[in-house]
Amino acid sequence: MRWGLRFRLLLAFVSVTLLAVAVTAWSSARSASAALVEATERQLTGVVAERIGAVAPQLSYPPDQESLDRLRSAVGPETVVTYGQLSSVGGDRTGLVTGALRDAVRTRGRLVAQRIVAAGRPWLLVGTPVVVTAPDGGRSPSGIEVYSVFPLAEVERQVDGLGRVAVGTAAPAVPLAVLLAVLAANSVLRPVRRLRDTARRLAAGDLDARSTPRGADELTELTVTLNRMAGSLQASMEELRRMQADARRFTADVSHELRTPLSTLTAVVEVLASAADGMAPDARESAELAITEVHRLVRLVEDLMEVSRFDAGTARPRVEEVDVADAVRECLRARGWSDRVELVAAQGVRVPVDRRRLDVVVANLVGNALRHGAPPVRVTVSAAARQVRVEVTDGGPGLPDAVLPHVFDRFYKHDAARTRTPGSGLGLAIARENARLHGGDITAANAAGGGARFTLRLPRDPEDG
Amino acid sequence: MVSILLIEDDPLLRRGLHLALGRHGHQVRTADTGEEGLRELRTAAPDLVVVDVMLPGIDGIEVCRRVRSAGEVPVIMLTARGDDLDIVAGLEAGADDYVVKPARPTVLDARIRAVLRRGSGPPDGVRVHGDLRVDTAALTVTRCGVPVPLTATELRLLLTISRAPGRVWSRQQLLEDVWEHDYLGDSRLVDNCVQRLRAKVEADPAAPRYVQTVRGFGYRFGPL
Repeated sequence: MRWGLRFRLLLAFVSVTLLAVAVTAWSSARSASAALVEATERQLTGVVAERIGAVAPQLSYPPDQESLDRLRSAVGPETVVTYGQLSSVGGDRTGLVTGALRDAVRTRGRLVAQRIVAAGRPWLLVGTPVVVTAPDGGRSPSGIEVYSVFPLAEVERQVDGLGRVAVGTAAPAVPLAVLLAVLAANSVLRPVRRLRDTARRLAAGDLDARSTPRGADELTELTVTLNRMAGSLQASMEELRRMQADARRFTADVSHELRTPLSTLTAVVEVLASAADGMAPDARESAELAITEVHRLVRLVEDLMEVSRFDAGTARPRVEEVDVADAVRECLRARGWSDRVELVAAQGVRVPVDRRRLDVVVANLVGNALRHGAPPVRVTVSAAARQVRVEVTDGGPGLPDAVLPHVFDRFYKHDAARTRTPGSGLGLAIARENARLHGGDITAANAAGGGARFTLRLPRDPEDG
Repeated sequence: MVSILLIEDDPLLRRGLHLALGRHGHQVRTADTGEEGLRELRTAAPDLVVVDVMLPGIDGIEVCRRVRSAGEVPVIMLTARGDDLDIVAGLEAGADDYVVKPARPTVLDARIRAVLRRGSGPPDGVRVHGDLRVDTAALTVTRCGVPVPLTATELRLLLTISRAPGRVWSRQQLLEDVWEHDYLGDSRLVDNCVQRLRAKVEADPAAPRYVQTVRGFGYRFGPL
């Protein structure tokens, strides 16, 4: 996955940042709101006590309804004042005063505050007994109780505001975290990408590819190791290539040196052949053997030189428009195979090829079918839009599966008993090189009904390759 | 008895070819260098020269060129397969044919005989084509009354295609009729010979009247 590492780093950074922001915002908002609520409560209870303290000394005892009303209006809008059976009620929220608060005020005999939630909103309830101070300083409960209801909605709004502020303060940390994550990912991924590019070039065969190690981290070590690996690979390849070039040059040189004596032998064995009739039987047989073997040797050396030319890349096709059916027919006729081979050919299929090389390929495929296969040997020439196919099939047992991948190998002979065939062991290798020289190819397979099937494919337009 | 001059530097191959060609009824003279071969050419006046392309000193291609400038003696080159540059250079230098080494003497003999037969077509009198006058019996060609010196191969090519003016000849047909090669013959032989022939018979070889190219098919004589 292309974004794998970058994506994972980004995700980790952002997750950690979000978590930290959330925890910080939540805890700071929580402690701030607790402090705010407490301060509000303290302030409101202080207000209630102070207002009662200001009015209480002027009240008559026992108080009448008018005294209670005065006290109530002094304390605040949402207030109820009771004395025995008398009570003065102001505002419409005093119903929120709970029985539990009244009990607490009566039993404890001092100011009690309680926070409640009613109709979805928070309220502060404050209840207190009014204490009378005698001229001698003694304090006694007057029996008057004051209950006030204060809305805390404003405080809640402030608390919510605090939370929003906390989140708002922490939120810019997220893009910052993303930025940091991207930077961190880049700093990790840049060397990784360089390594990947280098490895890719190496894999593509560019053995000069190296990465420049930077810094001193694990990635630098990996880079150095990769470079070392590439270095030893390159050295091995160069050594291998040198050995291969030496071997090829040796083959070319040997073949070339053999050509002159073989030319002489080729010249004189014909003289020998024409004189053989008059020889003693053993001398004649010797002469015939020598002639056969000279011709074999000539073919082998010519094949070796042809292979050397392919290896050296000096083989050049001499391309001209050729009617494939005509070329195959001439090839069979020139070798006296016309009667033994069935030719099924589309007429008028013209392809730009090297006439001689096409002849070599067809002669090799048909020769193999005649030698190793069984009748009927059939050559089929067919044309498609972009390529021409020449198929050579025989009625023999076909090629063993173990042999199929090796039929085009040089000097490959799967059957030891067949080492004395007239071929050089290079025929199919040369045939395939010739096909490839034209931008085509040869494949070997077994036909559905048994028998080997070799297929030569040639592009009709060599530019298509 | 045909006399052949064989120019080959390797002594054993020279001797071997000498023996084999002698067996085919040819009278063979040999030379081991190009220089000696050219001296022999002047003194012995052979019917045909067989020359190895790879020679020390003057190489076979240069020998071809000098043989050609000295007269119309046919030349057959011995070359190695794959030495395409040598083959092209030799044909441009005026060689009539080439044989790839290692050459079978029967093949070489067949080529020699084919080259020498070229001077002798079926005589059917004198043909006149524009300024060109072809005497098929005397085997002479004149243009505007001036004799045109042609080699045997050039003459055979001209006789062949001028027999049917307007007919298109493929390179393969010409290889078979003029050079007596099989279907694997080298079409460069035809192209080179056509160029040499044009240089001799055409007023402007770049815009030929007599030997015209039919693109994609081959050559045609006229029509005038």
